[in-house]
Amino acid sequence: MSALKSPARNRELLALIPVALLLSAGFAAVFAQENARLGNLSLVYGAYFLAVCLATHVYLRLRLPDADPYLFPLVALLTAFGLVMVYRIDESLARDQANWFVLGLVLFALTIHFLRDYDVLERYRYTIAGAGLLLLLAPRLPGIGQQVNGAYLGVKLGPLAFQPAELSKICLVVFLASYLREHREVLIVGARRVLGVTLPPLKHLGPLLVVWGASMLMLVFIRDLGSSLMFFAAFLALLYVATGRFSFVVIGMALFLLGAWFFASTVPHVHDRVDVWLNPYSDPAGNGYQILQSIFAQADGGLFGKGFGQALIDFPGTHRALLPAAQTDTIYSLIVNELGLFGACAVILTYLLIAARGFKIALLADDGFSKLLATGLTAVFAIQAFVIVGGVTRVIPLTGVTLPFVSYGGSSIVANFVLLALLLLISDRARREAAL
Amino acid sequence: MNRQIVKLFAFVVVLFAVLIGFTSWWAVFDAKSLKGKEANARPLLEQQQIKRGRILAADGTVLAKSVGKGRGAGRRYVRRYPQGSLYGHPIGYSFVRQGDSELEKFHNGELIGEESEFGSILDQLAGHNQEGEDIVTNIDPAAQQVAMSSLQEQGFGAVVAIQPSTGEVKALASNPPYDPNRIPYELSKLNRNTFETPLLDRATQGLYPPGSTFKVVTAAAGLDSGLITPETAFAAPSPLEVEAQPLQNDFNQSFPPISLDTALTNSVNTWFAQLGQKLGEGTLFEYMDRFGFNATPAIDLPSEQVYKSGVYDEGRLLGPGDPVDVARVAMGQERLAVTPLQMAEVAAAVANGGRLMKPQIWNRTIDPDGRVTGRLDPSEYSRPIDAQTAEELTTAMEGVVSEGTGTNAAIPGVRVAGKTGTAETPGNESCGGGEAENQAWFIGFAPAEDPKVAIAATVECTERFGNDAAAPIFRAVAETILNQEGS
Repeated sequence: MSALKSPARNRELLALIPVALLLSAGFAAVFAQENARLGNLSLVYGAYFLAVCLATHVYLRLRLPDADPYLFPLVALLTAFGLVMVYRIDESLARDQANWFVLGLVLFALTIHFLRDYDVLERYRYTIAGAGLLLLLAPRLPGIGQQVNGAYLGVKLGPLAFQPAELSKICLVVFLASYLREHREVLIVGARRVLGVTLPPLKHLGPLLVVWGASMLMLVFIRDLGSSLMFFAAFLALLYVATGRFSFVVIGMALFLLGAWFFASTVPHVHDRVDVWLNPYSDPAGNGYQILQSIFAQADGGLFGKGFGQALIDFPGTHRALLPAAQTDTIYSLIVNELGLFGACAVILTYLLIAARGFKIALLADDGFSKLLATGLTAVFAIQAFVIVGGVTRVIPLTGVTLPFVSYGGSSIVANFVLLALLLLISDRARREAAL
Repeated sequence: MNRQIVKLFAFVVVLFAVLIGFTSWWAVFDAKSLKGKEANARPLLEQQQIKRGRILAADGTVLAKSVGKGRGAGRRYVRRYPQGSLYGHPIGYSFVRQGDSELEKFHNGELIGEESEFGSILDQLAGHNQEGEDIVTNIDPAAQQVAMSSLQEQGFGAVVAIQPSTGEVKALASNPPYDPNRIPYELSKLNRNTFETPLLDRATQGLYPPGSTFKVVTAAAGLDSGLITPETAFAAPSPLEVEAQPLQNDFNQSFPPISLDTALTNSVNTWFAQLGQKLGEGTLFEYMDRFGFNATPAIDLPSEQVYKSGVYDEGRLLGPGDPVDVARVAMGQERLAVTPLQMAEVAAAVANGGRLMKPQIWNRTIDPDGRVTGRLDPSEYSRPIDAQTAEELTTAMEGVVSEGTGTNAAIPGVRVAGKTGTAETPGNESCGGGEAENQAWFIGFAPAEDPKVAIAATVECTERFGNDAAAPIFRAVAETILNQEGS
């Protein structure tokens, strides 16, 4: 099929137009607000961003002409939004973020180039699972590991620092999709009812228990409640979709809560996070500071927000943070503050639309692995958004997970572009086969 | 598997709906309570980012202004008071950490440019920053300066000068003063100073025994109720037994039957005690209420900083039903406690033909573009007495200054009406012991035929009498204001 005649890509191009307008308007707004402080390069950044998006679009036109037309514009929208917000916080951070964006797109293109036949992933599933686990534990390895706020989240190799959990979530989903594709039948058929509860056969449960163990290990070793929650929820989602047994989900949830409760009462870092979640006012200047300031920032937003560039991030005239980690953990609170409830709803809706497109891909795909892979990738993405937004709005304990494509952070952007590439690969094949 | 995928999506929809629900709660529904939390510094910091309007004297002298510090998003404003301690009362102060007081507090809405939600959205879209309005006051800087300096010559106390026809406050001074510029550094120290209490605005919060100045209220009640006329005469023996205690006139002088003019001119205690007894508790309290006693004066200052005047018993205001020695109330004793503002209102009401105007410090508001957005519309508080009573009372009060106890208030070439007061406060702890235990008063207005200004001046803890300590203050302030009127 000729790349020029691809109807899906034409729709994608059309969808990129509002993104371009929004980005230009956003940059212009921030620039107009803070032209005293910011250089007039800001508008150049906007043009640069659009050029990169256009190049990506052309690449997709050539390589994946039938892939879902809305996913990339939606992601571009989030990225543009994130860039404007980060730019508004700090010009130099936005420059980094733009570079990460380009690097993410390079990896996106490479993934599409080398994994056109993504079934090979199935062959290397144990290797991938091992790599994923190794990545997870890397922050605890002496010499390269880094501790941030009591959690072991980062790895530093020379000048290069990254958060391996972001990449390992993809590895885990690939492994689970592949494993469950092969074993879902026996998990369903071999299930027995014990005391009125349907239990999966123990023999095939082993590897799954390993996953449970791994997420518990994460709690203990890297002390990261957020990633642990994200991984385990993705695992349960996949298990449910693969087997259709809701009881498995209930059992898994019970196991997780049991483990989480146990570690919450023994690991001080996890304990503090839960404690602060329940009683933030008990230590408003200390442990409760971040979550309280996050909520106070939202309270200031109201329905329409204060406008771009209007929020207080530091105490005026100082570098003391009023909203700690505004560019990463609490970027959502900043969005609520500046764009109000309406702006926040737009962001949540964008994530929901991405999830909808992702699940649509899973529905269209006709082989088990593709279905499960698309489901898993979409689920882990949506849950990540839920974990951090839920964290800053006090739905769940606040943890240091990034808001995908919006938060400042290289590993997050790059990993999520790889995730997007996989989804588009699955989509391209599914839609082409469906069209035949 | 498709069925499960759809269900999973439905679950994600529910999760995201929860997020929107929580965001709505924090951003909209619970926002007001969150903004009131002590741990929340945002409302204060945001106020600091608003350029507060200036406060100006009647002639444009800047009494309070905001100066910017820092740039960009870190820009904030700090309040400066160029005139220092001269206007600490009644302008007050406004600082992020220490809060606000007096005029700054009362007119906060105008000073920060508070607008409707709709207006602020439009402004936001237009990229305007919230900016406050200037307030031009009625305060006459020359009068304020004279009020403060002549007060400081006499001791602690207060002066209030009002234009009777409009209620415009021309001067309001309280000694000892404080410098509002020092508030960020010295607030706790000033609060600890329980002897001098410089933060107390004695003009509105000083509750003093009124002494003989209260006889003006008693006389007004007698005339206006029709109980007496200017010709009504009765004897005023001294001592006079009232409530089993002897009452005396000055120098224990007994008077043959005399009328109001003579009684007021010589401040005859037993004459007014008998008048009070004839009026009775009910009528006297009714006239007090008409003059504004037992209620918070309707001045533009925060109500917690303006005290009610009346008969107090352990902090409680007594009414006509309570056991009160009406004879002693009538001559300004008993447990009467009044503010200088209240006594200025009494003088102003008599001066204005019996119509009491609401005292107001502000005159107009001006928006950042120079447009006048609001102007004082003088309004009546009450009509305690009719015009004829006011005229008769004025004649009697003129006698006080021309030939009676208040001769030091006389201004050459100007007819002055007034009344002195000297309340003895033996054992008054706030005076720190010693002989200086008088509360000296003068209330009055001038010119008597066409009053331009009504003034109450009082000096606490002095050895001197009303005519020596307070009347000169009255004269100095009145002269200053009348000279300005003439020029």
